[in-house]
Amino acid sequence: MSLLEIKNLYVEVDNHEILKGIDLRVNAGEMHSIMGPNGSGKSTLAQVLARRESYNVTTGEVFYDGKDLLAMKPEEVACEGIFMAFQYPVEIPGISNAYFLRSALNAIRRHRGLDEVDAMDFLPMFREKLKLLDMDEKLMNRSVNEDFSGGEKKRNEILQMAVLEPKLAILDETDSGLDIDAMRIVAKGVNSMRSPERAIVVVTHYQRLLNYIVPDFVHVLVNGRIVRSGGPELALELEEKGYGSMEAGARQATSA
Amino acid sequence: MRKQETKNVITELETYLESFSEFEKRAAGRNLPWLRSLREDAFARFCQVGFPTTHDEDWRFTNVSAIARTPFCLARNGFARVSQKELGPWRVAGVACQLVFVNGRFARELSSMGNLPVGLKVNGLGKEIADTPTEIEPHLGRYVDTQRDAFCALNTAFAEDGAYVHIRKGAVVEEPIYLLFISSAENSPSMSHPRNLIVAEEDSQAIIVEDYVSLDPGPAFCNTVTELVAGDSAVVAHYMIEREHREAFNISTLRIEQGRSASVTSHSVLLGGGLVRNNVHPVLMGEGGECLINGLFVGNGRQHLDNYMLVEHASPRCDSRQFYNGILDGNAHGVFHGRIIVHKDAQKTDAKQTNRNLLLSDEAQIDTKPQLEIYADDVKCTHGATIGQIEEDALFYLRSRGIDEVSARKLLLFAFATECLDRMKQGLVRKHIEGLINHSLFQVANKCDEVRANRRRDEGRSWEEME
Repeated sequence: MSLLEIKNLYVEVDNHEILKGIDLRVNAGEMHSIMGPNGSGKSTLAQVLARRESYNVTTGEVFYDGKDLLAMKPEEVACEGIFMAFQYPVEIPGISNAYFLRSALNAIRRHRGLDEVDAMDFLPMFREKLKLLDMDEKLMNRSVNEDFSGGEKKRNEILQMAVLEPKLAILDETDSGLDIDAMRIVAKGVNSMRSPERAIVVVTHYQRLLNYIVPDFVHVLVNGRIVRSGGPELALELEEKGYGSMEAGARQATSA
Repeated sequence: MRKQETKNVITELETYLESFSEFEKRAAGRNLPWLRSLREDAFARFCQVGFPTTHDEDWRFTNVSAIARTPFCLARNGFARVSQKELGPWRVAGVACQLVFVNGRFARELSSMGNLPVGLKVNGLGKEIADTPTEIEPHLGRYVDTQRDAFCALNTAFAEDGAYVHIRKGAVVEEPIYLLFISSAENSPSMSHPRNLIVAEEDSQAIIVEDYVSLDPGPAFCNTVTELVAGDSAVVAHYMIEREHREAFNISTLRIEQGRSASVTSHSVLLGGGLVRNNVHPVLMGEGGECLINGLFVGNGRQHLDNYMLVEHASPRCDSRQFYNGILDGNAHGVFHGRIIVHKDAQKTDAKQTNRNLLLSDEAQIDTKPQLEIYADDVKCTHGATIGQIEEDALFYLRSRGIDEVSARKLLLFAFATECLDRMKQGLVRKHIEGLINHSLFQVANKCDEVRANRRRDEGRSWEEME
């Protein structure tokens, strides 16, 4: 059984059809990359998997660990082990980063029948993950993402992932807007999370991140459909030829 | 039509006439000519002006006809019925003293006075009037506006008991002075007019808490006036907590007279009550004074919570800050009316006012009104207000990390309320208030399904202005 199985998924946002029949299987231990031009539906796919309610699934099924994912609430999905790193992390004034993260961790632990972690036990583990992502401890007492730089926000997403230890992580354009140093740090964080029990799906527009995070599979999403799937070499081909050739291919396929 | 109105007004006032003539016969201090004329003048003035209507600019958003219509009788000798056990939940540990007032009357046997710190004197105002009227006379009724404000006039007419707090020159009282006001109506509408006098002499420091609670759900009308005199360089923190029953009417006025370089903070936390009006009126009389007015109001059901600020800058180089946050759900109606008057000589005034609101239902309503009157030319005054809803993006972000919807809502509401909490000094009062707010917000957040059904889809509107 695959960890994630998407079958013939159609999704509308504000009455516009964005995803037009997606099929995808992701197994534990695998790293997938979904690449595509802007507006192809990459982020929509990520948001649907995190169960954003404003995205309307019109047709299709999604199974996660054998369970019907589309019947779950966002918090249930998270508790079951799915983590989405946001393309645009939200600023939440008045809630400290550390408190937020501990609340999230404890919600997930409760769901799994584990004891809650108190502030004292939380701190050492937290510090270790901070070090991994080269983050200043001071950021932890600041409000969630408030006045964080773009790079700090993205690193904060990976930090959350490292603390929450999901079974399936979906990174939605985590590389966008990162300078090369920040990208290396993010990549290091992601690579440290690779394990036989965990699957990671990296949604990206550019190939550069894939120099640091080497996927097992690459899927090209154009106009709401996966037009090609292949190994890491596909990313290099895209780098060379651009999305243009595949978009053209997709158009031909549609008209035929 | 007009005739009918006049007739109604007369009927409305009749109960008060009866109450007053009876009150005068037995009131404490009735033999003191100054007190007698203070009361009589105030009552005459109350009869002249009558209860305000929504035509009155200061009462535009708050209709008090429910108070005017109800034939309230003076509550008397209520405290015999309050037991120590009933008092239990309202006891607060670690305070300098806790004075208990039942329907405005000082209940010594219910109060815990312990060993008072050096320099602090507390007493029932009635007792103090009887014992040492010379201490009271220079202050009582000297600050509050009984000419234009009907409720202050009414309170002054019936001024007899309440808290008297005196902090001697240079004394620093670190533990809070806790004043607990219990109202009880049983089944007949009853009114009380607690009158508090707080005198913090030069260079003294104190923390004072006024906490308003209900013993029973009856229609009680509590009309409080507190005169707070902060001498030169005094530092006073004043807290007002309103958590009465939903049938209660609560009108309160805090009139602050600030001396040179005095620093006063006023924190209002309105969580309970049916119809609530909280007036905070500091006058910065001495140069270099500083005043922070901080407030939070949380309403649901049919609650009406009105916050009326009047900050008067009467001397140069004074700073004032007003920060009020409101959270309104159900059919609740909130009001923020922030008035700043900068008098002619108050150059280098720095006054700021901010009101932020969250509306959680379509029916909840907020009226926010800044009003600046500036008669000096070298001043800095800013004001701003925002109205919005819980941000769906923030809610989704929290939920996507495993936090359930009710907890996520509560977290966001609490974050909003934290802005007000953060302006309170760390300590047991803040902890106490944090607990009360937490409880209130949990109740609001818990109704999230209902909220969801009525969720406002339209964008929050906001405006920000600078002058």
